[in-house]
Amino acid sequence: MTDQIKYLLCLADNALILGHRNSEWCGHGPVLEQDIALTNISLDLIGQARNFYQYAASLSGADHNEDTLAYHRDSHEFLNTLLVEQPNGDWGVTILRQFLVSNYQYYLYQQLQHNSDVTLAAIAAKAIKEVTYHLRWSSEWVIRLGDGTTESNQRMQQALHLLWPFTYELLQPADYETGYIDVTKIKQLWQDKTNEILAEATLSIPNNSQPFIGGKTGAHSEHLTAILNEMQSLPRAYPNTIW
Amino acid sequence: MVNSATIQEQKVWDVLANITDPEIPVLSILDLGIVRKVNIYNNSITVTITPTYSGCPAMDVIGSSIKMELLALGFIKVEVASVLSPAWTTDWMSKAGKEKLKAYGIAPPSNKPQVCSLELFAPNEAIQCPQCNSYHTHRISEFGSTACKALYKCDACKEVFDYFKCY
Ligand SMILES: [Zn+2]
Repeated sequence: MTDQIKYLLCLADNALILGHRNSEWCGHGPVLEQDIALTNISLDLIGQARNFYQYAASLSGADHNEDTLAYHRDSHEFLNTLLVEQPNGDWGVTILRQFLVSNYQYYLYQQLQHNSDVTLAAIAAKAIKEVTYHLRWSSEWVIRLGDGTTESNQRMQQALHLLWPFTYELLQPADYETGYIDVTKIKQLWQDKTNEILAEATLSIPNNSQPFIGGKTGAHSEHLTAILNEMQSLPRAYPNTIW
Repeated sequence: MVNSATIQEQKVWDVLANITDPEIPVLSILDLGIVRKVNIYNNSITVTITPTYSGCPAMDVIGSSIKMELLALGFIKVEVASVLSPAWTTDWMSKAGKEKLKAYGIAPPSNKPQVCSLELFAPNEAIQCPQCNSYHTHRISEFGSTACKALYKCDACKEVFDYFKCY
């Protein structure tokens, strides 16, 4: 598999798995409006994933299409970060994760929209319009909940302790990523924005956490297997079924 | 080319003007501005469309409607191609489309072109209530019944309404 295809799969898998995780909230959100907001974000993410999969499939030969890539790969073949496959936890964990990832995607797609690969650039230029809404929405909620009641503040602080070790992987490029982006620049922008929002949310960043890394090279937690068992069950039980 | 079998391009556009967005059935795909190009060669045609949002679930339905209608018009081969660049924007929505949206009860995207900004807790844009025309409205949620809409409430007539937000 070429680095280009691996890179596209990494982008696609991150979007698909986070989209799937968020969709688990459908019908369970704390209030209707925010339930709808999160499921709309899911839809955007799954749409972005489709664009990356379609492009990856077009490069990887006749046997592949977006569905084979999403539904017929096993856990070790997925290249998403460990962060997106973590369980949703409470609403605070889900919101905080959305902020951490949207913040990353925002600066990532800003760079990729100027990439010399015109197809990749077009997908990124489209995605950034959607991600801007995701980042604004999740930033506002991190601040509301962090700088909210005693309980909401405590829960957000717990969420930050839980998720922070997974953020290192977002900012540490795999071999196949380095040709595409200026990681140092993205890292700086991501850190500045994260510090700004978390400070406004009166949350403190843990200072002694050990990085959890491995998803981008296929070493996943057991949570991904559980997601895939559910997400892939229909196309695997009934191969070639169409909607 | 002079060929009795060749279908006039104008007829194609007339057909496309009657294909609607399944989620907002008052809007045609031309009102939405998602048809980018039509190429006719003898009895074959390629229609190039662009999605509104990356995950817009209406695109597959719209693609098959285009195929069905153009086959019915007499084309032997109909292809629907999709392009992402340049990315669709609400600025491409026609004036007629915006009026139809308002009559349907959805506040149309604001006329002044605006880029979605990252400014947090910004004061709401002044969105006009499609029912009573009051500007005394406020946003309930950034996301509405579909990804392309936000949910607003009118403080004058108390009606809740969708706003087709800028993109
Ligand atoms: Zn009103």
